Amino acid sequence: MNWMKFKWLYFLLSAVVIIPGLFSLLRFGLRPAIDFTGGTLLEIRYPVDSPPPSAETIQSELANAGYEIYSVQPSGSENFIIRTRSIEKEQALAIENLLSEKTASPVEEIRFESVGPVLGRELLNKTVIAIILASLVILSYIAWRFKNAHFGICAVLAMFHDSLVLLGVFSLLGHFASVEVDSLFVTAMLTILSFSVHDTVVVYDRIRESQHHQPKTPFVNLVNQAVTETLSRSLNNSLTIIFMLIALYLLGGETTKWFVFALLVGTIAGTYSSTFTAAPLLVVWHNLTHRRQKKI
Amino acid sequence: MTRKRILLLIIALLTFVSLYIDLPPFRLKTERFGLNLDWQFSRPPLNLSIGNFRFYRDLEIKKGVDLAGGAHLVFQADMNNIAPSDQLEAIQAVRNNIERRINLFGLAEPVVQTAKSGTDYRLIVELAGVTDVNQAVDLIGQTAQLDFRELSPEATEAASLDDFVVTDLTGKDLSRSEVQFNPQTGEPEVSLQFSPDGGRKFSDITTRNVDRPLAIFLDEIPLTAPYVKEAIQDGRAVINGGFTLDDAKKLSIQLNAGALPVPVRVIEQKNIGASLGEESVNRSLQAGLIGLTMVILFMAVYYGWKGILADIALIIYGLITLALYKLLPVTLTLPGIAGFILSVGMAVDANILIFERMKEEIRWGKPYNLAMELGFGRAWDSIRDANSVTLLTCFILFNPFNWPFLNSSGMVRGFALNLALGVLLSLFTGIVVTRTLIRTFSFRKKT
Repeated sequence: MNWMKFKWLYFLLSAVVIIPGLFSLLRFGLRPAIDFTGGTLLEIRYPVDSPPPSAETIQSELANAGYEIYSVQPSGSENFIIRTRSIEKEQALAIENLLSEKTASPVEEIRFESVGPVLGRELLNKTVIAIILASLVILSYIAWRFKNAHFGICAVLAMFHDSLVLLGVFSLLGHFASVEVDSLFVTAMLTILSFSVHDTVVVYDRIRESQHHQPKTPFVNLVNQAVTETLSRSLNNSLTIIFMLIALYLLGGETTKWFVFALLVGTIAGTYSSTFTAAPLLVVWHNLTHRRQKKI
Repeated sequence: MTRKRILLLIIALLTFVSLYIDLPPFRLKTERFGLNLDWQFSRPPLNLSIGNFRFYRDLEIKKGVDLAGGAHLVFQADMNNIAPSDQLEAIQAVRNNIERRINLFGLAEPVVQTAKSGTDYRLIVELAGVTDVNQAVDLIGQTAQLDFRELSPEATEAASLDDFVVTDLTGKDLSRSEVQFNPQTGEPEVSLQFSPDGGRKFSDITTRNVDRPLAIFLDEIPLTAPYVKEAIQDGRAVINGGFTLDDAKKLSIQLNAGALPVPVRVIEQKNIGASLGEESVNRSLQAGLIGLTMVILFMAVYYGWKGILADIALIIYGLITLALYKLLPVTLTLPGIAGFILSVGMAVDANILIFERMKEEIRWGKPYNLAMELGFGRAWDSIRDANSVTLLTCFILFNPFNWPFLNSSGMVRGFALNLALGVLLSLFTGIVVTRTLIRTFSFRKKT
């Protein structure tokens, strides 16, 4: 099948997904969780017998009492997630008592998380180091594995493609749905980087193998052949992972929901990019160098 | 083929041992079909001891704070008043002290770790299953109180601990304590070094208590009550009397807890209600089962009987993984479960690569049995590459050497550990187990 005939269409599709995300990333950035900024998260549950007030009411009520509230977000029908400046446990208890005044039975504390500002900054630094380190390890692995600049650079570009998709999606989600980026998101991102490379490696391996066996066949045909041969493997493997992730996203706990979503987005992007970004990029590069050689 | 038989036997054995470890205690009772069955399955805990080496596992799944409910606390130690050379000792003392208090609180298996970040010393405390976290925080946050008590003058021969009265000598007067060895007997003993002021007080106390016991209390609990042999003027004392090295170390650390008082304050706190944890476990388990069923069906439908064999390998994979969680033991957290579930999806990858390769070899005209062997052989390069990148990433995420420049948070670690375990095990089940199964069953099918 002549997959590469439509290579510009694939790039266009990537662009359609990446550009809004990139715009949002530059314009709004990401929404860091208290892991990175420091602060307090208090999740409370209103008793069944009293109807909970709206998030705005809670926010203004707490603000009037002098608390520095960042946001109040409903979670499910009875739960609210309150984010504030880093506070002590006593103050959290005071908030709970304040809110309980309006209800028949006291509100229940589901979660209390407080991170000091110093710790947040420290984690941010460590996370940046982890990302750099992981990228370096993956890059040197690619360099060692391919010993060929074309393949190596294209694999890295495909990896960037996946990271951009993931970051863009979470920037948009952060802006429109207040989804935060925490240390688990970073974990998901690093996992996706390795997945992206591993999927690309399988396609590239096949191209190199057929290059070896059929040196006379034009490069585009080799790529087409390799894509045809690896597509079902790539799809099937991703499908099994996606089955597990979708089940976990729909049914799993609230804590890991966005973590699983990040993995899901990354897996889909990684599967797409290994066939429809990494392989066409090789062809484009090959054509460019080839044309130049002809001119000389 | 004897090698195939041996492998098959090993696999069967592994599966049954894992199944035995995995099963929770249950009871079989039926009176149908004229059978009167009442059978109780229970399993003794694993308890091995070879020489000095002891290996004990109760074979229960350990749940992390986010699953069992409880608290995750990070304390920052205030080292302002401690000389840099004593800081390591001091943080050890605080750690032991906190561990002792938590044990008194009646908690099962608390996790107390020390961490150094830049020049800061921290304590990470995980209390799974605690309901009253505030009380626990108060208890942990207290600074250790060490004091020296003498026997009250009215006490008789049958004196009890209640007869000791407080002196003016406290932990503040003790500079530090160390383990040393008696130059004559070579026995371990515990030395005490008092401050100049403390030395004077100690001199007074020992002068009036020669041949009487002098008790040392930490947080109202007696540590030791050695007899005073003679008045000590120079502020240096030695406690001896048949210590083992471990006992001496323990006492010295406890004394340091009072001598090097380090105030701690909470800088991070995460409380998780027990109901949230339980809900999450059930939902994640349900999700895992549904996902697993879908993967099993997919493999069976797409690859036919080979897929079914791969499914059997996948189930064996699940059984062995669960057994490993109980044996190592791995503390399960929600991200850990996600890591495991992700690894199930990845586990069949090796099989998919192999089966696709087999299909191709057949398409290229190779006979069936040869195609099968070639499929396993040639897919290996891709399998190895694909998994080594994932393992490298897991290594960075897990940070096994506790490099201070990398994160060592429990959640991320749990994910990385489970994913890495999953990848390694899936290589075994995906290649060795599936190949053995296919060789065994395809042989029968062909002849």
